Amino acid sequence: MPRTTRTRRIKGPRTTRTLLVLVAALALLAGCEREARRYQELPAAANRETAVRVGQLEPGAPQQNASVRSPYQDNAWGIGEGKRLYGAYNCAPCHGANGGGAIGPPLMDEKWIYGSQPDQIFATISQGRPDGMPSFGGHIPAQQIWQLVAYVQSMAGQVAPTNAAGRNDDQATGPPESRRSPLVPVQTGHR
Amino acid sequence: MTPGETKRRRDDERRPRLADHDARLTVEGLERERRALEKTWWNGRGLVAWLSDTDHKAIGRRYIVTAFGFFTLGGVLAALMRIQLSRPDNTFLSPDQYNQIFTTHGTTMMFLFAVPVVLAMGVYLVPLMVGARSMAFPRMLAFSYWMYLFGGIFLYSMFFLNIGPDNGWFSYLPLAGPEYGYGKRADVWAQLITFTEVSALVVATCLIVTIFKLRTPGMSLNRMPLFVWAMLIVSFMVIFAMPSIVISSTCLILDRLVSTHFYNQAEGGDPLLWQHLFWFFGHPEVYIIFLPALGMMSEVIATSARRPVVGNLTMVLSMLSTAFIGFGVWVHHMFATGLPELSLSFFSAASMMIVIPTGIQIFNWIATIWSARRLQITVPFLYMASLFFIFIIGGLTGVVLAAGPVDRQVHDTYFVVAHLHYVLIGGSTFPLLGGIFFWFPKMTGRMLSDRLGRASFWLLFVGFNMTFFPMHLLGLDGMPRRVYTYPASMGWHGLNLLASVGAAVIFVSLVVYLVNVIVSLRAGAVAGPNPWGAATLEWATSSPPPAYNFSPQPTVASSEPLWHTELAPPPIVGLASDTREVLVTFLLDAEPDHRYPMPGPSLWPLLTAITTSAMFVWSIFQAQGVVWGSIPIFIALVGWFWPTKGKKALEHGAPTRLTARESLS
Amino acid sequence: MPHVQSVIHPAGIEAARASHLWWLIFGICAAVWIAVAMAALIAIRTGRRAASRATDRQLGTNIAVAGALSAVVLIAILFESVLTGRAEDAIRTPDALHLQVTANQWWWDVQYVNDLPSLNVTTANEIHLPVGRPVRIDLLSTDVIHSLWIPSLQGKVDLIPGRLNELWLQADRAGVYRGQCAEYCGLQHAKMALVVVAEAPDAFERWLAANRAPAVPPSTPEQERGKAVVERGPCAMCHNITGTLAGARSAPDLTHIGSRSTIAAGTLPNTRGYLGGWIADPQHVKPGNRMPVPGLSDEQLQAVIAYLESLK
Repeated sequence: MPRTTRTRRIKGPRTTRTLLVLVAALALLAGCEREARRYQELPAAANRETAVRVGQLEPGAPQQNASVRSPYQDNAWGIGEGKRLYGAYNCAPCHGANGGGAIGPPLMDEKWIYGSQPDQIFATISQGRPDGMPSFGGHIPAQQIWQLVAYVQSMAGQVAPTNAAGRNDDQATGPPESRRSPLVPVQTGHR
Repeated sequence: MTPGETKRRRDDERRPRLADHDARLTVEGLERERRALEKTWWNGRGLVAWLSDTDHKAIGRRYIVTAFGFFTLGGVLAALMRIQLSRPDNTFLSPDQYNQIFTTHGTTMMFLFAVPVVLAMGVYLVPLMVGARSMAFPRMLAFSYWMYLFGGIFLYSMFFLNIGPDNGWFSYLPLAGPEYGYGKRADVWAQLITFTEVSALVVATCLIVTIFKLRTPGMSLNRMPLFVWAMLIVSFMVIFAMPSIVISSTCLILDRLVSTHFYNQAEGGDPLLWQHLFWFFGHPEVYIIFLPALGMMSEVIATSARRPVVGNLTMVLSMLSTAFIGFGVWVHHMFATGLPELSLSFFSAASMMIVIPTGIQIFNWIATIWSARRLQITVPFLYMASLFFIFIIGGLTGVVLAAGPVDRQVHDTYFVVAHLHYVLIGGSTFPLLGGIFFWFPKMTGRMLSDRLGRASFWLLFVGFNMTFFPMHLLGLDGMPRRVYTYPASMGWHGLNLLASVGAAVIFVSLVVYLVNVIVSLRAGAVAGPNPWGAATLEWATSSPPPAYNFSPQPTVASSEPLWHTELAPPPIVGLASDTREVLVTFLLDAEPDHRYPMPGPSLWPLLTAITTSAMFVWSIFQAQGVVWGSIPIFIALVGWFWPTKGKKALEHGAPTRLTARESLS
Repeated sequence: MPHVQSVIHPAGIEAARASHLWWLIFGICAAVWIAVAMAALIAIRTGRRAASRATDRQLGTNIAVAGALSAVVLIAILFESVLTGRAEDAIRTPDALHLQVTANQWWWDVQYVNDLPSLNVTTANEIHLPVGRPVRIDLLSTDVIHSLWIPSLQGKVDLIPGRLNELWLQADRAGVYRGQCAEYCGLQHAKMALVVVAEAPDAFERWLAANRAPAVPPSTPEQERGKAVVERGPCAMCHNITGTLAGARSAPDLTHIGSRSTIAAGTLPNTRGYLGGWIADPQHVKPGNRMPVPGLSDEQLQAVIAYLESLK
């Protein structure tokens, strides 16, 4: 029947157009997310209780940690700011300028003593850890801790290389974050 | 007839020569020839034909229209900035938006408007002015257009994705480097430069070869129109200046993507190296934009004055010396970087000396106008003559900026913003708008409205001065450039508001110009071949010119062939009309050398441009993109250069060398 | 207009030289402009009437004369310019006051260098100078290229990472001037200014002595609480207040913040209201600057303001 053919013909381009619009919108979102400069608002995740359990006892069945993405994980600006803060807040003397480790554990390897999940890293920075890691909660605003989390993730290749930071204008000590291969994280310490 | 005889006879007919008496020059013969040429040079209809077009006039038109499209976008960005700056402490734009906008504005105007549009005028006009049937390397020319178009689309799609470059149009390191240029914004800028470099280098090559080898017999170098001279000099400047930015922007991408250390002072690199490389390109760039405008100016003034420009030789020598000195002044952009006093003095001297050749050209034009045989004040003449009043201000503030101690005060202030707009708009955009007005009848066959043209000109003249003159005062009063806002206490708001109002007037004037173009395209007076009574060869053919430009191909015996028709030597016969054949001549005296078959329309330039663009974009995100992205380019190039097409062309007309005696017989 | 940042209202010998040169070139250029514009107008008039009887040879002679004249004028300007540049070196004396300015995105760190490092004075975004004494400023940058420009006193010189540049100037007229970063340095380039106070030598010495002292201890309970918040909260992560536990160096020194006239690198006047607004939400005033929203309670905020205001 010619009628149906015609409707189908009209439908065809329309779906294509919808698809195109969708793709364009997604690309737009991706672009905005990658490069947005969010100076002000606290990410929603900032107020979340950061759950690292130091005891074994729980009422009922053991709770699973809900995985929380760092709000800056896909944001080149946030990761870059995290890198700057890593220097400004003196992380480097213990963890190494490149994350290679010194008196503190290295951050560029696959071993994570207290977990590689963003909320676990957040808790590590915010609450501190036994035997040396100071607690920065209340000293560093939550927004900046999230930027640091995203940067720490990038040091072990846990973010997209296109978002990770390039080299610094310093003496070269190794490949920059954007050129590190993604490592499969292994939790070696506390659950 | 034996096959040998047939061949000999065919060869004989095909031998191009000057012919007073020839069967092919009768009315019927010419008509037959034209019909044959029409068929040979016809591109076909439809989308594929449009995409595969290699006619220099079509590509020139597209270039011009696209460049004005980007001009509009850049203008909208400028309007946004003027809105933001019209009040102190304005929050219309955020600093991040403002920084992306001013960077994209500058990048657009320099790389996507000013350079392409002047080269495009050359693409359209040079083959006509030298009496050639086609541009040299027409497919490469098509490739250059597509690269330019895709580069512009790339920049603006990134801009709308919030990945617009935000480091200023000269992207100083280390701000644009890997440590401080977060994300991909600086890469977008650097890669856009690559797109425009490729396209400009290709156009320059085509122009040089066209001018050197396709000039019609009789057009020795000393008879070349001044516009053609300007394009020749500019093309050489492009070829010498662009490699510097090719190197510097590639090094920037390498620094950012694969951690090289070209600009890292801690590893033996140097952020100042960037500034040297950039300005070694960046300053000649100004003359690349400016010299073609001077060429157009010479043509229009000569036409209006009904006499050749006074001192043709000094004009050419002035342009040449501008081009040479232009490569020796780049450090005046770096007077504040703490360079030794001696080098400052040297570059001060060079920067002042470059005023002299431009001054001499201006004196020549004034002398030409002075001694005119009844000067006609046409709209194009108005645009050109405005240069005496506004470009001169830009040139003189250039002298101010060449003086080190003053430059260290006003460098990077609104004084410089005023200076560069006076130079670029006054010295290039005004002549360009005049040039478009002048050659519009040639391109479209219709005249632009004189009344709308005058209205638009005066609006632009007033609006331009209103916008940019106050900026001198703002700069002297301490307003730095590239600030997204300023405090009310500085007292800069009055002049800024005036500038913003002026910008609105400029906007109105450009709308009037656009309306004029649109209305005249439909309803303008029909222009004959030579509505202005001009002297150069492009006015010898119909308006708009046919795809094959000329039939029969004219030859010349003076530098103003249409004013000295009594001198006109006989035209050329013997070029094939069943293949796209052009006559190649010798460099100095344009004696006939050989016939050469031009390639016809092809989709391969477009495909090559698409694959090249894909590789360019891919390679700023992943280094592997350079490797894998090159494979499709290779395939496209193999398709482009596949020799079967050449075989067909060879059957019809292999390059045929002519001896001098033959060509004169 | 206040003319605190004006090229043509110099307050020091170097700026006066540049201003003198500017007026000279301006005069010549104005004359040239008028001459060319007049010539063009007359040429258009003559051309319209086709009234010229000049041969091309005569025209050529005139052009050659005009070209030669412009060369002479340009060489004169060049001479004056080079001589001015050389004359600027005259104030480079060994007994000059020695400063070191380090540019950061988007503020200025200022140090008064003493032979005894313990007598160095550190401040930020504000320079005090004695009138009539040459000053040598060493220019450094910790991040990108900036440019220090105090138009009333001297032309700009860039601060380039990995390089040491020098700026020499001298204030000859007491007053308050403004300087601003003049090389585009990123997001907040627009709000990277500094205040320059030129004062009588004895007033300057008093100021220097006062700034050499550590911070005054808090005198009220509220200030005491404020000090505790500063030391224990986020402030101490970046700022230094000599004599307290706050000893970081990645943000402007606050030891004598109460005596400075502006905050946020010359962006806001240093009054109680602006200071409070700035600390409560620095990203509102200067979006993208390096100071995060510290997230203080109202009470903490009031205490911090009271304490910072007491740091004269």
